[in-house]
Amino acid sequence: MAASDSPPFTPDRVHVALELEIPSDVRYIERVVEIVASHCAQLSYSARVCCLNIPVALSEALSNAILRGNGERTGAHVQVKVDVTEERLILEVLDEGLGFNIEDCLTDPTQPDNLEREDGRGLFLMSRLMDRIERFSNQGNVVRMTLERHD
Amino acid sequence: MSFAIKKQGDIVVVDVEGQLIVGNRQELKQRVLDELEKGERKFLIDFSQTGYIDSSGLGVLVSLSKKIREQGGELRLANLNDDLKTLFELTKLDTLFQISDTRERALETF
Repeated sequence: MAASDSPPFTPDRVHVALELEIPSDVRYIERVVEIVASHCAQLSYSARVCCLNIPVALSEALSNAILRGNGERTGAHVQVKVDVTEERLILEVLDEGLGFNIEDCLTDPTQPDNLEREDGRGLFLMSRLMDRIERFSNQGNVVRMTLERHD
Repeated sequence: MSFAIKKQGDIVVVDVEGQLIVGNRQELKQRVLDELEKGERKFLIDFSQTGYIDSSGLGVLVSLSKKIREQGGELRLANLNDDLKTLFELTKLDTLFQISDTRERALETF
């Protein structure tokens, strides 16, 4: 067989890019989480990341987008962009709202006064389960979550 | 996702099958409150068949615990897997609930 000049085959250098769009309805959250987690599992992300970090952080971002970002807007949608490599995962959730300031909304639900509050844990969990949370505007309100691969 | 509710002695045991998230938390809340209304006071939620819980699911547990305590009762939890334990530790809700490793242990000590 003749020697090839093509780069060596490296099966671990797979890059998954997905775009999903769902109606602004919390009933779609579970399905989106399932799709994203299964792609990460295929890239051998740990069970902890696929069963805890991604499901909880993505659920929080989606419910914020649906319930707060889009609110009662009839016919609104939420877009999800997923970019996964062996090294890191980026999730972007885009809604049609005006956006918010993460720092202003981030409270510490572990403080004694907040422990028995029913709400206020969403952004906190996102920030604990992902390495980086950013918010910006790009034809809508975008929340970007990045998780570096640690294992 | 569904909730199975049954009585074991004087304890109402709730099995959470699937996820406890924003889309179904109200159903859990209402079903437990219905039992509270009927006079039940001891509640155990078993998470052995649960996938993940989001912040609104955690919020409902906190809210139910408070309402049950106000009526002189108690809500306990059992069978959290390692991921769910981490979630409770991160939010310090492990300090708010009595959590048993097994359903049997929870029932014995209630």
